[in-house]
Amino acid sequence: MPDSGSAVTREEVAHLARLARLALDDDELDRLGGQLDAIVSAISRIGDLDTADVPPTSHALPLTNVTRADEVRPGLTQEQALSGAPAAEDGRFRVPRILGEEA
Amino acid sequence: MSGTDLVRLTAAATAAAIASGETSSAEVTEAHLERIREVDGAVRAFLHVDEDGARDTARRLDARRAAGEALGPLAGVPLALKDVIVTEGLPTTCGSRILEGWRPPYDATVTRRVRDAGLVVLGKTNMDEFAMGSSTEHSAFGPTHNPWDLDRIPGGSGGGSAASVAAFEAPLAVGTDTGGSIRQPAAVTGTVGVKPTYGGVSRYGLVALASSLDQAGPCARTVLDAALLHAVIAGHDPLDSTSVDRPVPDVVAAARQADVSGMRVGVVKQFGGEGYQAGVEQRFRESVSLLEELGATVVEVDCPAFDYALPAYYLILPSECSSNLARFDAMRYGLRVGDDGEASAEDVMALTRDAGFGPEAKRRIMLGTYALSSGYYDAYYGQAQKVRTLIVRDFERAFEQADVLLSPTTPTTAFKLGERLDDPLAMYLADLCTIPSNLAGNASMSVPAGLAPEDGLPVGLQVIAPPLADERLYRVGAALEGALADRWGHLLIDEAPEIPLATSPTVEALP
Repeated sequence: MPDSGSAVTREEVAHLARLARLALDDDELDRLGGQLDAIVSAISRIGDLDTADVPPTSHALPLTNVTRADEVRPGLTQEQALSGAPAAEDGRFRVPRILGEEA
Repeated sequence: MSGTDLVRLTAAATAAAIASGETSSAEVTEAHLERIREVDGAVRAFLHVDEDGARDTARRLDARRAAGEALGPLAGVPLALKDVIVTEGLPTTCGSRILEGWRPPYDATVTRRVRDAGLVVLGKTNMDEFAMGSSTEHSAFGPTHNPWDLDRIPGGSGGGSAASVAAFEAPLAVGTDTGGSIRQPAAVTGTVGVKPTYGGVSRYGLVALASSLDQAGPCARTVLDAALLHAVIAGHDPLDSTSVDRPVPDVVAAARQADVSGMRVGVVKQFGGEGYQAGVEQRFRESVSLLEELGATVVEVDCPAFDYALPAYYLILPSECSSNLARFDAMRYGLRVGDDGEASAEDVMALTRDAGFGPEAKRRIMLGTYALSSGYYDAYYGQAQKVRTLIVRDFERAFEQADVLLSPTTPTTAFKLGERLDDPLAMYLADLCTIPSNLAGNASMSVPAGLAPEDGLPVGLQVIAPPLADERLYRVGAALEGALADRWGHLLIDEAPEIPLATSPTVEALP
């Protein structure tokens, strides 16, 4: 259990931003860091409850696997699927380079 | 009937007037479009109004009726849709810059159902970005204003849907509720809002915030109107794997029955005291007494785990949200920033998400990323899931003693725009009483309980029923609504002040 008094460090905030793919600037890192720290401190009291023998609930109502017949059905056309794309080329999504310069 | 009269009718009365030929869908639709033009500059409930589409739909419905076709009970009645519900060809932004200008290539199941039932879609309503917030101030397109007092919040995230109904811009609206986003706006605008049982209404085509909590439901000015819309949008959908494959409870009959005699109603001990406005508690107690006079038995129920519902929610929701919002990656739809031919896909993704998401979305994405990261997972997300079990158990015990549970919907009346914007923890308290129902997946309603004496603003009573027993909400809600209307001689919404026509809002879009 993390110490509820401990701060979420600036390095930690920067690391989280990288994981979340958010290019936060310095001001945002500072502001969000302080707010995250306050929120985490407030919600840390959840650790006060003894839950040793309690099973977790991921979903309110029991889930069952749902399957359907393997039949061809109409879906979106290529034009529809690409209609909201920021960039498209030759009927495909055009994306920026996915490999580094050195690759 | 004049346009002013038409917009004040309930959905049920509107449908009856259209069916009898007293008016037409075209005339009713035009009256609402006119009302939107007059008041929405001040209220700002809508992000997009589809004037041409609405007129066209209404004309076609009138033609079908004239040709003798049998139409559904709400055919020809206009409604508004929260902008988190996808609509083919109509903008869907979720209140976010990242989806500005997006026109979805398909309809949500909710959209398809309302269209199939002959309802006329007027437009899309404002909301906190991706449904995260309790005030609509986190909309990238500026806040909606509470029709009762334009300087105050209309609740959130579905403040636009509730305000559109409260301002007589639409008789009905569809909202979504992840932690209170239908019920809290209903409470602060003096309207009715229902979160059906989880899985009762299909989530197909609702842009997901927290998939295990999200649920769409009706917003209306009366309990019967909410029931009529509930019956249209609810029901099994093969396109949503969590959709409940059971008959929809007869909510319309329950609303007409409006009878609580012999029912056991449980007052939740945890929801009151410190942090609750005096006038909210007063109207709540009076409503409970009124239900007792109507033949209900009142018991107190103890749900100790509810004290931990808020922290559990603020771990589960951000965790699911950080995962769901990962789909906004600047590749397939929405905004793309920084694609200069040099930047990598990773860089473009990070730049786009920084530019496209507002402060609350970023806070929750970061919080969820934190709660799910290695080293913290068991202490936070894992613990929250166990607390969720304890909350479900508290509900199960409570429902052994009572048929429905009661509480204030929200601890205070509508607060001022700007008041809690920079204090996320204060903002989160607005959903204190509504969150447990989302965690347990049961059915829950907010129904007007009167005006708080100290500020003259609406107070909502929350009714909670066990999963799949949604009809009990309507029995209790309609009974209370009827008894209060008998006492006052009108509905609460009839006391709402006139909105100055075509004025500018008093508070400009907040950052």
